[in-house]
Amino acid sequence: MTPSEGARAGTGRELEMLDSLLALGGLVLLRDSVEWEGRSLLKALVKKSALCGEQVHILGCEVSEEEFREGFDSDINNRLVYHDFFRDPLNWSKTEEAFPGGPLGALRAMCKRTDPVPVTIALDSLSWLLLRLPCTTLCQALHAVSHQDSCPGDSSSVGKVSVLGLLHEELHGPGPVGALSSLAQTEVTLGGTTGQASAHILCRRPRQRPTDQTQWFSILPDFSLDLQEGLSVESQPYSDPHIPPVSKNAKARTRKCSLVSGQGRENKSCRGWGWGQGF
Amino acid sequence: MARRPGTGYLGVVVRRGSTRGLDWRLGPAESGLLGHLAYSQRLTVRSRTERNWLGPSPSWAPQADLFSPRSSHSGGKLTLLCDAKTDGSFLVHHFLSFYLKANCKVCFVALIQSFSHYSIVGQKLGVSLTMARERGQLVFLEGLKSAVDVVFQAQKEPHPLQFLREANAGNLKPLFEFVREALKPIDSGEARWTYPVLLVDDLSVLLSLGMGAVAVLDFIHYCRATVCWELKGNMVVLVHDSGDAEDEENDILLNGLSHQSHLILRAEGLATGFCRDVHGQLRILWRRPSQPTVHRDQSFTYQYKIQDKSVSFFAKGMSPAVL
Repeated sequence: MTPSEGARAGTGRELEMLDSLLALGGLVLLRDSVEWEGRSLLKALVKKSALCGEQVHILGCEVSEEEFREGFDSDINNRLVYHDFFRDPLNWSKTEEAFPGGPLGALRAMCKRTDPVPVTIALDSLSWLLLRLPCTTLCQALHAVSHQDSCPGDSSSVGKVSVLGLLHEELHGPGPVGALSSLAQTEVTLGGTTGQASAHILCRRPRQRPTDQTQWFSILPDFSLDLQEGLSVESQPYSDPHIPPVSKNAKARTRKCSLVSGQGRENKSCRGWGWGQGF
Repeated sequence: MARRPGTGYLGVVVRRGSTRGLDWRLGPAESGLLGHLAYSQRLTVRSRTERNWLGPSPSWAPQADLFSPRSSHSGGKLTLLCDAKTDGSFLVHHFLSFYLKANCKVCFVALIQSFSHYSIVGQKLGVSLTMARERGQLVFLEGLKSAVDVVFQAQKEPHPLQFLREANAGNLKPLFEFVREALKPIDSGEARWTYPVLLVDDLSVLLSLGMGAVAVLDFIHYCRATVCWELKGNMVVLVHDSGDAEDEENDILLNGLSHQSHLILRAEGLATGFCRDVHGQLRILWRRPSQPTVHRDQSFTYQYKIQDKSVSFFAKGMSPAVL
């Protein structure tokens, strides 16, 4: 492979990774930690969405607008619609500048959109919201906004919706994290070793078993991705450690029964932990 | 140049435009830290004889300092101090004296010790807190004294520690308004001070006094918005890590602040217990750089010994006691 072919292949793999994270739409959960921050990947995804011509909305709660926009060129910045909830999120200043209903109100307002343009909503951060809102309220809002493009009986053609949620894992217990995980179409868990970051990507595609892969990468100053050769583990069926393995015969019997009884259609609507996804 | 065994210094000597000119008393591990600091902060020439731990001498220009208020996104920085199984207050004393010497306007929310305690230590480090307070450079909230006033005396105006009198105090808005008022620029036509700085010692006390972790996080959030973003100043806060797995509130506070911080300094006791010549180790974690870098060493660990007027740092296992 020539160097130019390698560069094109590298660019192609970068786009493949970002595309795979955004392709399914719905909720994309970015799980980071103190040691492996996820805001850079969030900004990389925001940039990718903006370059694809999508409407990009940022609900900025955790950092200032200037800090979030830093590193983007003017072309990208002009495409971002920034909702600033950093300066006065709780309306302590008692001015009329605060958005009525706060961040939750802004999120719910996005459920009422009707235009066909695909939209990406970046929540910076989902942890900020989860610490201050009831988990059920937040999950309901996330479900409504991330599934508005798949509402049955809706005659208007609403464009694809992707919700990128940055979640700081150490801040929440297993219950809220599990609830959000069950809503997510894609989960990215950041980690790594000394000097090298990795992303464990879990995708839940409709009518398919969840797949997971690990990709080693680094984020360049312009928020493009530099993927590392040779270290990625290819996509493979996801094995939930809490679910015991099923034999082939048992799978065949289950599939046959589902086809006969029509139960498979009901199972497709089930969420969480891989149930209803091909079992 | 031969390396002389002995104590080293952190962030002391660099050469202009180079990451290779380093304190001869430091080994390769320490030189990596100074190289990183020099690269990230564009430090300029200093004398190798200057001694100051965790920072430059008073003559150092603030913008060239490791903990300078300036950053590439034109905002200040939040530095989180954390101590586990040891006393990390030496870091508080360092930052207090450092910012006063750098001619910054300092608001110090001191909830743990009295004014006289910090003043005595400050004198050892070359600053007079009394004079700083008298000339208006230092705004000092003495929590121990104020708490008695709030609880046993009726207050005509809202007090920063008003929550001590309220059965269901939901937030720390009065404390935030105190900080904002203390650090707001004075329209006198001529700026006396360089940058505002908020110092808090320590936030864990607020949990013990009945505030929830989210309320404390909200307080810090508003302080960040005002001090770091609006006023381009710095913040330094201390949180204890009790190591108690059942203290969920403290864990939320510590982890929540960790995610907001640009720099985390964690003082830890030695796993092997007390040692006369090594008082603990300091872990330094850089976070949230203004620009992501491709390959970056994010954390460093040094051991230290606290002396009468300074602190010596050295690589693990390089204490004079064992060499």
